Amino acid sequence: MENKRTCLYDKHVALGALISPFGGFDMPIQYTNIVDEHNAVRQACGVFDVSHMGEVLVTGAESEKFVNYIFTNDIAGAPDGKIFYGMMCHPTGGVVDDLLVYKMAEQRYFLVINASNIDKDVAWIVEQAKNFDVTVENQSEKYGEVAVQGPNTEDIVECVLGIHCNDLAFYTCKEVEIAGETIIISRTGYTGEDGFEIYGSHAFTNEVWDKLLASGEVKPCGLGCRDTLRFEVGLPLYGDELADDITPLEAGLGMFVKFEKDFIGKEALLNQKAEGLKRKIVGIELKDKAIPRHGYEVEADGNVIGVVTTGYNSISTGKSVCMAMLDIDYTKMDTEVAVRIRKKVFPGNVTKKRFYDKNYKK
Amino acid sequence: MSKIIEGLYYAESHEYVRVEGEYGYVGITDYAQHELGNVVYVDMPDVDDDVTAGEDFGAVESVKAASDLISPVSGTVVEVNEALNDNPELVNSDPYENWIIKVQLSDAAEVENLMDADAYKAMINE
Repeated sequence: MENKRTCLYDKHVALGALISPFGGFDMPIQYTNIVDEHNAVRQACGVFDVSHMGEVLVTGAESEKFVNYIFTNDIAGAPDGKIFYGMMCHPTGGVVDDLLVYKMAEQRYFLVINASNIDKDVAWIVEQAKNFDVTVENQSEKYGEVAVQGPNTEDIVECVLGIHCNDLAFYTCKEVEIAGETIIISRTGYTGEDGFEIYGSHAFTNEVWDKLLASGEVKPCGLGCRDTLRFEVGLPLYGDELADDITPLEAGLGMFVKFEKDFIGKEALLNQKAEGLKRKIVGIELKDKAIPRHGYEVEADGNVIGVVTTGYNSISTGKSVCMAMLDIDYTKMDTEVAVRIRKKVFPGNVTKKRFYDKNYKK
Repeated sequence: MSKIIEGLYYAESHEYVRVEGEYGYVGITDYAQHELGNVVYVDMPDVDDDVTAGEDFGAVESVKAASDLISPVSGTVVEVNEALNDNPELVNSDPYENWIIKVQLSDAAEVENLMDADAYKAMINE
């Protein structure tokens, strides 16, 4: 099947980006190199084309009840403009997808889902919606999206784009009328830095992209550094740390699961909690500079006790670190484990899965 | 435009060998370092390890991926480029100056199976 292209595809090609498939799209991985792009976001400002992300609009009389039923976090009674991170789970507790839920207004919720899961998610949401008075609309084709990230972002969005944003708190959003259309801007991101995500028509998205690049203050950044940035601050990626057979509790995302309300998968997760986890995702720091990568085996006491979910030589710290799903007996801090990398085994220690501190503006 | 040096021997997997007497200095080509991007780790064998033409002897890792190193020649490793342990990015800045291993060649005639500069240039421009 041919990969899809975002509304900014031609710009990426013109910039000479390295293009690779991701989530069913041909996406820019890097424009210059991952290290420079990563550092631009940590130190100044970078822009990502994230138009591949999916958007689903849920409206109707029972929309709050419905979204709360398919979502692990609790959106009941939220004020307009509030955003929640959480998961949709199977009855088994495994994760259908992780997503953001934007409460746009009463009876109007905007769900932002992973590109690779759009078809699966939409089918699943529509199926669950059968017994609710709601309308589910896949708007993924309609919206382009850019993520503008880094410590300088607020000033740049204000001055270069002329969008008033310093009134937005972390994890809130608003709709803004610009040039005859309603766009959505939120103080969110996937880098551990302050920043905004902006959703609008394809034409608007192209305008935003052009203005940001023309300013000379914003570096175009590819998915390569998006992954190194999110990894360093311990954010999960569906397909690495989350999957249909991994639960939010195993992924260490229990804080986004609210057991005081009803939702699909609750029973399985309560059981898992009561019985105790058998495996869990933790961080590992290696003593050597060899790089643990997705799928490499983790060993201890001569046995395979887990697998690396994501690993890098951290660009911000220079350390070789990874997140790994390990047998629960080996998940205590400082436990000595080793990662098999090609023919050798490299020793390391269990750590927190956050390797670099987030720099959010709350 | 990738830099290619006359007088070296090149493998299809983008390693080169520079022969000096009974020794061969093995590294990756400028084309290879450019394709890899920022090199962050070079996994090298130990001194006295044997290497065999066509078989892997280590790996060069960029931020995103690990790429096996295939030896263009056979022999015994007599030296590894220790500078790459602390500064793997030297492979990016000058891959020909910053060879990876020095091999005592067991069969000097093996290099005849490799490409010369012109043939390698033709290959990467295909």
